[in-house]
Amino acid sequence: MEANTRSTGRLPAAFLTPGSSSFMDFLSEHAPEQLPGNRPLPPVKGAVEAPHGTTIVAVTFPGGVVLAGDRRATMGNMIAQRDIEKVFPADEYSAVGIAGTAGLAVEMVRLFQLELEHFEKVEGTQLSLEGKANRLSTMIRGNLGMAMQGLAVIPLFAGYDVDRGRGRIFSYDVTGGRSEEQGFAAVGSGSVFARGSLKKLHRDDLGERQAATAVVQALYDAADDDSATGGPDLVRRIYPVVTVITEDGFRRLTEEEVAEIARSVHDGRLQSPNGPQAPVL
Amino acid sequence: MSTPFYVSPQQAMADRAEYARKGIARGRSVVVLQYADGIVFVAENPSRALHKVSEIYDRIAFAAVGKYNEFENLRIGGVRYADLRGYTYARTDVTARGLANVYAQTLGTIFSSAAEKPYEVELIVAEVGEGPEDDQIYRLPHDGSIVDEHGSVAVGGNSDQIGSYLEQRHRDGMTLAEALKLAVESLSRDSNGGERTLTADQLEVAVLDRTRPQQRKFKRVLGRQLSRLLEEEGASAPSGDSSEESSGESSGGASSGEASASDSEE
Repeated sequence: MEANTRSTGRLPAAFLTPGSSSFMDFLSEHAPEQLPGNRPLPPVKGAVEAPHGTTIVAVTFPGGVVLAGDRRATMGNMIAQRDIEKVFPADEYSAVGIAGTAGLAVEMVRLFQLELEHFEKVEGTQLSLEGKANRLSTMIRGNLGMAMQGLAVIPLFAGYDVDRGRGRIFSYDVTGGRSEEQGFAAVGSGSVFARGSLKKLHRDDLGERQAATAVVQALYDAADDDSATGGPDLVRRIYPVVTVITEDGFRRLTEEEVAEIARSVHDGRLQSPNGPQAPVL
Repeated sequence: MSTPFYVSPQQAMADRAEYARKGIARGRSVVVLQYADGIVFVAENPSRALHKVSEIYDRIAFAAVGKYNEFENLRIGGVRYADLRGYTYARTDVTARGLANVYAQTLGTIFSSAAEKPYEVELIVAEVGEGPEDDQIYRLPHDGSIVDEHGSVAVGGNSDQIGSYLEQRHRDGMTLAEALKLAVESLSRDSNGGERTLTADQLEVAVLDRTRPQQRKFKRVLGRQLSRLLEEEGASAPSGDSSEESSGESSGGASSGEASASDSEE
């Protein structure tokens, strides 16, 4: 919407009111209809059919955190899209991966990215990692009405805490409840299997490359048992999105890097289809 | 009770313009120059907290002189305008021209409204393009006019003298170190012709660098990097220039976080 739809063409008063550094606050005052949570939903019978994104996993390692997601979106028992991307940089030191209704998720991520950028520009400094996690919480809570009609959005938020010097993971429930996860976390339909896999694979002394391999293994295991999660597609060359956040900031692994990891995981599975074995005792 | 004196409209506007100009002239100047890889903003500003130069959007930055609370208000308004526009349409639909127009309307309305005191500010809105010929620099005086500038521009106290000094010496395709040197030279000239020495501590420097790999091209030049660039003055231009370029690339490409870390140190 134009800034100057009203009167003389000068910036409306809401633009020049000092105070809030939050873009969402500004939006709710100046253009509330643009906030995702503010749209009235017509009453519907049954669930709304819309593409759903599936599994997101995260693993911390000394010096950072890895966040990754598979590439499948499903609609009922159909594959709606096989190369969707569900992991996004939130800002320089954090990333967000989203499971749930894909259309809403993408919009929510766009608003979240803008919220962080807006704060940074207005204040001249970044939000703390906890502050970012709390902002995301507020956004999920705003979506509760839609979630109750079957259009839930469940994010996994990972970032490098510059103050504490380590990677951290936050998971959310549908009401916006936030909890910090230790070591590893997963959300989405395949999360049960991914979490089981990571339980056996995660160690506190993983290197960056090992952590990236562990998330690909976990996504492979999720795809193995959950029809809504897509494994690495070697034929079409569609690989999971793997991102790493360290002191140096956000970095998405290139397609070649992920392809290499995915191939080695795949080769390992040719020998032992169930993946790496953990000792019994 | 006495009837108020009649003041002709011409006189009233002239008085308001005089008032605004005096306020602006009290402050120290900001200069903006095009260089080969972008646009550099240099302000004499000993404060680390109150910025005269700031980021608005991906390719757009803002510089101002005058009353801090007034231009800070306009800056935040600009950030809100740009972010809202980018959110509603797309990031590429946010342009310096649109922003400059909104600022001009705002300043113009305030200037000619008898109920409000005129803003004692002068703004610069600049956008870095794909190449030097696509760069845009707009100067917005207190009264709501827009001046399309090329090459170099100065605002603030003593801006006429600094501006003509820059105009004579600025040329296209300068390196960052050369442009910075010229900017500091121009700022360190007193109105009475004397010279002062400006150190890195007294300068606020930022660039819109089109070679930055990130979407957001704005970057503050701080601390060591600034001192290094200023020291390069003495060195012969080509060698100093190449070492700067390589260091710029390494900070932008290899570890994009470093650039942003220094951004957030502000």
